[in-house]
Amino acid sequence: MSNRATPQVLEGREYIGLSEIVGPLIVLEGVRGAGYNEVVEIRQPDGGVRHGLILETSREATVVQVFEGTSGLSLPDTRVRFKGKPLEIALSRELLGRVFNGSGQPLDNLPYPVSDEWRDVNGLPINPTARDYPRKFIQTGLSAIDGMNTLIRGQKLPIFSGSGLPHNQIAAQIARQARIVGEDVPFAVVFAAMGIKYDTARFFIDSFEESGALENVVLFLNLADDPTIERLLTPRTALTVAEFLAFDQEMHVLVILTDMSNYCEALREVSTSRSEIPSRKGYPGYLYSDLASTYERAGMLLGFRGSITQMPILTMANDDITHPIPDLTGYITEGQIVLERELHQKGVYPPIAGLPSLSRLMKDGIGEGLTRQDHAHLASQLFAAYAHVKEVRALASVIGEEELTPLDHAYLEFGEGFEHRFLAQGDHEDRSLEQTLDLGWEVLSTLPEEELTRVTEEELEKHYKGK
Amino acid sequence: MDKRVVGKIRRVVGPVVEVGEVRDAQMAEVVEVGPDHLIGEIVRLQADLATTQVYEDTTGLRPGQEVWGTGMPLSVELGPGLLGTIFDGVQRRLEVIRQQSNQYIRKGVRVAPLDHEKKWLFRPTVRPGDRLGPGEMIGVVRETEVIEHRVMLPPDIVGIVDSVVPEGEYTIEEPVAVLSAEGKTVEVRLSHRWPVRKQRPSAEKLGLSLPLVTGLRVVDMLFPLAKGGAVAVPGGFGTGKTLIQHSLAKWCDADVIIFIGCGERGNEITDMLIEFPKLIDPRSGKSMMQRSIVIANTSNMPVAAREASIYTGITMAEYYRDMGYHVAVMADSTSRWAEALRELSGRMEEMPADEGFPAYLPSRLAEFYERAGMVRTRTGKIGSVTTIGSVSPPGGDFSEPVTQHTKRFVRSFWALDRQLANARHYPAISWLESYSEYTREVAAWWQQNVAEDWLSLRNEVMELLQKEARLQHVVKLVGPDVLPDSQKLILESCTLLKNAFLQQSAFDPVDMYSVVQKQVKMLRIILTFYRKGLENIKRGATLVRLRRMKVYSEIVRMKSDVPNDQPDLLDALERRLSRALDQMGAVYEQSPEAT
Ligand SMILES: Nc1ncnc2c1ncn2[C@@H]1O[C@H](COP(=O)(O)OP(=O)(O)OP(=O)(O)O)[C@@H](O)[C@H]1O
Ligand SMILES: [Mg+2]
Repeated sequence: MSNRATPQVLEGREYIGLSEIVGPLIVLEGVRGAGYNEVVEIRQPDGGVRHGLILETSREATVVQVFEGTSGLSLPDTRVRFKGKPLEIALSRELLGRVFNGSGQPLDNLPYPVSDEWRDVNGLPINPTARDYPRKFIQTGLSAIDGMNTLIRGQKLPIFSGSGLPHNQIAAQIARQARIVGEDVPFAVVFAAMGIKYDTARFFIDSFEESGALENVVLFLNLADDPTIERLLTPRTALTVAEFLAFDQEMHVLVILTDMSNYCEALREVSTSRSEIPSRKGYPGYLYSDLASTYERAGMLLGFRGSITQMPILTMANDDITHPIPDLTGYITEGQIVLERELHQKGVYPPIAGLPSLSRLMKDGIGEGLTRQDHAHLASQLFAAYAHVKEVRALASVIGEEELTPLDHAYLEFGEGFEHRFLAQGDHEDRSLEQTLDLGWEVLSTLPEEELTRVTEEELEKHYKGK
Repeated sequence: MDKRVVGKIRRVVGPVVEVGEVRDAQMAEVVEVGPDHLIGEIVRLQADLATTQVYEDTTGLRPGQEVWGTGMPLSVELGPGLLGTIFDGVQRRLEVIRQQSNQYIRKGVRVAPLDHEKKWLFRPTVRPGDRLGPGEMIGVVRETEVIEHRVMLPPDIVGIVDSVVPEGEYTIEEPVAVLSAEGKTVEVRLSHRWPVRKQRPSAEKLGLSLPLVTGLRVVDMLFPLAKGGAVAVPGGFGTGKTLIQHSLAKWCDADVIIFIGCGERGNEITDMLIEFPKLIDPRSGKSMMQRSIVIANTSNMPVAAREASIYTGITMAEYYRDMGYHVAVMADSTSRWAEALRELSGRMEEMPADEGFPAYLPSRLAEFYERAGMVRTRTGKIGSVTTIGSVSPPGGDFSEPVTQHTKRFVRSFWALDRQLANARHYPAISWLESYSEYTREVAAWWQQNVAEDWLSLRNEVMELLQKEARLQHVVKLVGPDVLPDSQKLILESCTLLKNAFLQQSAFDPVDMYSVVQKQVKMLRIILTFYRKGLENIKRGATLVRLRRMKVYSEIVRMKSDVPNDQPDLLDALERRLSRALDQMGAVYEQSPEAT
């Protein structure tokens, strides 16, 4: 057929010499027929091999992004070999318990597991008609999450944090404690680190070890001093493995991606080197689509047993939630857990902000038969009352606490109880859902009954303790 | 037209593919690119160089590969079988793709837009010898239990009926009538194609006067939408745009719903696909899916097809409008569409305007919103397309280009407020920032069909809310104590208004929509509380006593306690409230000093 008429694939051919090196990019001239988004191998005279991806191909020039960076490459001596296929990774169950670098090379001195199951790391878009809507409640043992921002199996729920806030402890605690009540199923964690410090990676590894889960964890580590461009690969590699474990091996996989901010910066670096027109704060206009291609690789599929739950972590520059990275993430994920510096300074752990945090899949995963009948109303009432606490506090700061009405004082008392008893808990404290909900009612009971307009009479009758 | 080679790939950057050595290609022509025959469209033509945007993943395309022309602009196939179906941005049936390529969408899959094998029961309504104008009806097909598909001549055909098939079952490919037109004969089928970027003509554009009743109280009573109108729903992430759109898709009184999931989440589409077939339309008693079309080009699907999805949807809407139906189109989110434009424009190295968006962003937005409207069809029927577009401004800041330009082309604006959303006040439509220019146009309908005093109720509420905003300002500075009770009553009444009326939970089985009678009656009750409460306060009653009335908690819960089919229960509630307030008033009348 007609595709025979197309020019010969360059596979295996080697070109010597580059025409340009710009930041993380190399440019080759005179290559005809390099395939868009395919892989190349870059060899230096000293024998070292790097890997790259074709970002643009034309008759005149081929632009390649080099994952290991370009430092040390020379124009005349570099050899480039075209692989004629997109970037792939070999998959097997043996990946569990192993440690790799950000592009999938073993870091633990063991050979790469044998497999002939190769898959494109870019994945493919999931057909929306093939998805199964996530509804199963994951108990994390954290009241702020279970009670107010319930995590659902197959959800993508990021943690928006700031520098110095305990997002790592929270993520590790969730990974340790997460379970579906009354179900015992194969569970795995895929951990992808992008540009984080060695200490942070160590902290996670220790935490997995402590809970005896390490043999069910796959780690991809691109640390702070590893090549920045490799970070663009790390979540893709990690999610390809997660998809294999979930949909071929029927496991329930929790994917932790940290820190997405470093990923986005690498993307910005490539974009700037290509002199692309930036949108906000220098990030490329396609940042949304790029992030979506990562975050959308979460969920459940009809007819498949496994699932992928994603928990990306990102640090907000200056705690600014309108910065493009948290902003675009929030536009793609199914809610967000926002950490608040003020709570942290008050000594509340986990400092999960009451109002801006949200779990969008909560609505279908809670209630009678799933969690408890009063769950939705209780959560809504806690949100509403806490929102009012914020107003009263603002007022108190203007007119002084003495001037407040008795009702306002009741709200302040509720606020204290909510933060220090409901939100706050130990980093090894694993609360059951019952405990969480009962605690919610307990703190609400400092308010007069008629203030609780979001719960029903029957619920008040049953749970309200303030009479 | 036959496919022919029009050129060879010269350059590939993401979804943009430049084609060189081009001969005899047309602007806007659909092309097939490379060995997998990926679908693309020519968006720029200069000498022997054509720039195309490709609707599928371009990984692996290389310079030198061939490109074929199809001779057609980007079109959709219009005919029975659209309803109840879910398409991608370029009208491929996602359920059929799933049968072919399992859970993932692979590139290069080919699927006919509509089912070409299915037989439909066609009943002709014309006879040989009839002279037909463009867009006239030749017969009907019962497409679903709720929608009769009126088979129309394509808008560019006129002629005299030579022959027509008898009533019977036909596929959309079989000719059902033959017309002679200007000496030529034309075969007419149950379907025809129409280019998506071209507005379908209609006999006459009409003024707007009917409301699109949505069942959302804050919308219907404060910021109403007209059938044939256009509204923008801007808001930061998580403020409730999608839920408002879903809610409208479920409960608004349009005949046909077209939901365009444009660059948004896969799970939201899945949610609809699971929920809609189960939901029963209160008007027809049938499943919602029977009147709905879903177009899903989620955020992880190719960006060029996202750009096309908006046009695919609006063209289908015009098609049902031409049959004489009221169609509502939800586009979630128009910002993702604008970003697709920006991405493609950037890859084409066009000169950017505001924030990297191309200079033609406003004109594209205008073209899209202009396709809304109420028309008289060629057959004298009335049909309309109402457009509801969500806008996702970066950082929730409405001063950005997409929100600002959109504002120029819509007449209703439902601004979602972050503070309200954070306090879980949903729908988070800000009563201070939102507006609707359709209020006057639809007032007559409300007054004739629902309540004489609709407009005055509305205005009274709006005034109260504005007063409250000013008072809140004072309270923030000096506390509520300085306010006299009459002003505190305004605060109190607005709190009641917000809790009992404006807030509406999309998940409460009763509250998720409200029939018009219920809306009006609820509002009257709250205004009675305010008006009579004020009289009592003037006589010396206290706010605390007003709040302690037993009916107060009934009012707060009326939205979920009073079912939609028994709005009269609210009359009884209003009587109880009046009586309680009158009795309280009477006490003070006798002894004004009493406490
Ligand atoms: N009417 C409502 N009733 C109850 N909850 C609501 C309502 N509207 C919004 N919510 C809550 O807010 C969440 C976010 O709503 P939605 O998905 O519509 O936001 P959005 O504006 O579309 O966000 P994005 O721009 O990120 O897509 C919902 O998951 C739900 O929890
Ligand atoms: Mg949305």
